Amino acid sequence: MKDMTESYVTEDGRTIGDVMLDLRNITLRFGGVEAIKDISFDIREGEIRAIIGPNGAGKSSMLNVISGFYIPQEGEVWFHGRKRPQMKPYQVARQGIARTFQNIALFEGMTVLDNIMTGRLNYTKSGMLAQAIWKGKAEREETENREKVERVIDFLEIQAIRKTPVGRLPYGLKKRVELARALAADPKLLLLDEPMAGMNVEEKEDMSRFILDVNDEFGTTIALIEHDMGVVMDLSDRVVVMDYGKKIGDGTPDDVRNNQAVIDAYLGVAHDD
Amino acid sequence: MSADFLYGIEVVINGLMAGVMYALVALGFVLIFKASGIFNFAQGVMALFAALTLVGIMEGQIPFAHLINATFGTEIHHFGWHVPALLAIAMTVGVMVLFAWAVQRFLFRHLVGQEPIILFMATIGLAYFLEGVGDLMWGSDIKTLALGLPQGGARWIEDATAGLGGDDFYGFFIDKLDIVATGVAIVLVTGLILFSQYTKHGRAMRAVADDHQAALSVGISLNFIWILVWSLAGFVALVAGIMWGAKSGVQFSLSLIALKALPVLMLGGFTSIPGAIVGGLIIGVGEKLFEYLIGPMVGGATENWFAYVLALLFLVFRPQGLFGEKIIERV
Repeated sequence: MKDMTESYVTEDGRTIGDVMLDLRNITLRFGGVEAIKDISFDIREGEIRAIIGPNGAGKSSMLNVISGFYIPQEGEVWFHGRKRPQMKPYQVARQGIARTFQNIALFEGMTVLDNIMTGRLNYTKSGMLAQAIWKGKAEREETENREKVERVIDFLEIQAIRKTPVGRLPYGLKKRVELARALAADPKLLLLDEPMAGMNVEEKEDMSRFILDVNDEFGTTIALIEHDMGVVMDLSDRVVVMDYGKKIGDGTPDDVRNNQAVIDAYLGVAHDD
Repeated sequence: MSADFLYGIEVVINGLMAGVMYALVALGFVLIFKASGIFNFAQGVMALFAALTLVGIMEGQIPFAHLINATFGTEIHHFGWHVPALLAIAMTVGVMVLFAWAVQRFLFRHLVGQEPIILFMATIGLAYFLEGVGDLMWGSDIKTLALGLPQGGARWIEDATAGLGGDDFYGFFIDKLDIVATGVAIVLVTGLILFSQYTKHGRAMRAVADDHQAALSVGISLNFIWILVWSLAGFVALVAGIMWGAKSGVQFSLSLIALKALPVLMLGGFTSIPGAIVGGLIIGVGEKLFEYLIGPMVGGATENWFAYVLALLFLVFRPQGLFGEKIIERV
C-alpha cells in the first residue's frame, strides 16, 4: 500500500498533492434512516477519486453533502485545510466545487452555449449597467468568458450542437453538456454523479476519455460515483467503497478489488447487523 | 378619406394606447411567473400600494397616521413638507424593494417546494394583506397623483390630422398621458430585455426560471434572485400604478386592473415579456374596435367582457399563448 500522507507521482506521471477535501465522521439522517454512518475519507489534489457501492449505499448522499445540498447532522467538512462552516449549495459552488447530477439538471429551455455560459456567472464582476450596454470591463469579461466556454466546447467536441436547445438533445449529449457547464466554472474540485449511467459502450469510452483528459490537462481534482466496475478501476487513483451507509473499503483499485468486505457486498453475503 | 374610416383609425390608435396600459400590468405578472412559477395575484394590489405610497410620500403624509391617532389620542396627519416627485419615486422604489425582501423572507421562503396552487393561494392572501396595509398606512380616500404628467388631448396631433378628412372630421384625439405611457413602456421593456439577456443577474434569473437545482450548482442564490425578481415586479407595479393613477386617480379599485391583465397573459403567454406587450396591444385594439364596430348592434358595453371571451378562445385553441414556451415533451 502506498504512503498516503505525502505527495507522489503516479505511474502515468501525474502529481497527486496534499489533501484538498477532508470529510471527518460524517453522519447523515433522514428522519430515522441513517443514509451515511460515520464516514471519513479525503480527496487529494489532482487525483481521481471514485465512490462505489451497491444501490442505496449512500453514494449520492455523500456527494450531496460535499456540494452542500444535504447538511449532515454530524461530522466536519474540511476544504483546503479549513473547516467549512455550514454552507448553501450556491456558496459551495462559489468556492470552486462544481458538480453534475445523476438525473441531469440542465436549463432545458436554453441553448447548449447559454447553458455552458451559466458556468461563468461567478466570473462576472462588472457593474450591471456596464453589462447591459456591454462596455469596458464588462466587454473584457464577456470576451474572457466566451473564450473559456469555447475551449470547453472544443475540448468536449460539442461544436456541432452549440446553438441547439438542450431540451432537444439525446441523453448522452445532455450528460456531456452538463459536464461542459461544470468545467466552464474552472472548478478546483469536480463532482460527477454517475457520469456514465445509461450510456452505451461507445459513449462510455468517450466519457472516460474526457474525464481522464480533464484531470490531466486542467489538473482538475475529480470525485465520481460510478457503477461500472471496469470503468472505475481504469479511471481512479483511489476508491472509497460504501455499503448500507458505511465505509467498507478505501484504497487503490487493487486494494479494493482484494478486500473481502467489498467482494461480499458486491456478491451478496448475509449481513449480521 | 371618409370620416368613418378615420374614426376607425383613431379607435385603433387609442386601443393601442390602452393596450400599453394593460401590458404594463401584465409585465409584472410575467416577471414573477417566469422566475418562480408563482402566479402573483397580488400584482394589481402592488400597483395600488406603490401608487398610494408615492402619493403619501410626496404629500408628506405620516404613515399609519390613523392608527397612531386612534392609539395615542394624538392628532397628527402630515409631516408638513412636500417631497419632490423624483425623490419620492426613488423612495417608493426603496419601499417596494423592502416589500420584496419581506415577501421572500416571511412568506415564500417557508413555502419552497410547495404545489403551485398553494403558492397561488399565498399570493391571494398577500393581495388582501397588502390592501389592508395600504389602507392602514395611507388612508382609504381617493387621492390625486400630481406628478405633472401631461394630460388631455394632444392639440398638435388634432391640428395636424384635421385636414385628412372632410368637414365632419376634427383630427385624431389622442390623450397626451397615453403617449407618455407608451414612451415609458418602451423604455421599461427595452431595459428589462437588456437586463435579462445581457447581465449576469438577468442570466441568473433565466437560469432560476428553468431549473432550481442546476442554478444552485452553478453558484446562483435562489433567495437573492427571488428578491430581485419581486423588486423588479414592484418597480413595474410602481410604473403601472403611476400611469393608471394619473389617469383615474389613486383609489382602491386600482387593484382590479390585475383582472384586466389576465386575458393579456392568456394571449401573450405567461412567460414572455414581448408576449405581454403584444397581448396587451391586441386586447386594447380588439376591445376598442369591437366596441366601435359591433358594440352599437348589441347595445354596447362590450369592453367589459370582450377581453375575457378572446382569452377563452385562446385557451381552447392555443393554450401556451402567442409567445409562451411551447410544451415540448420527449418520450
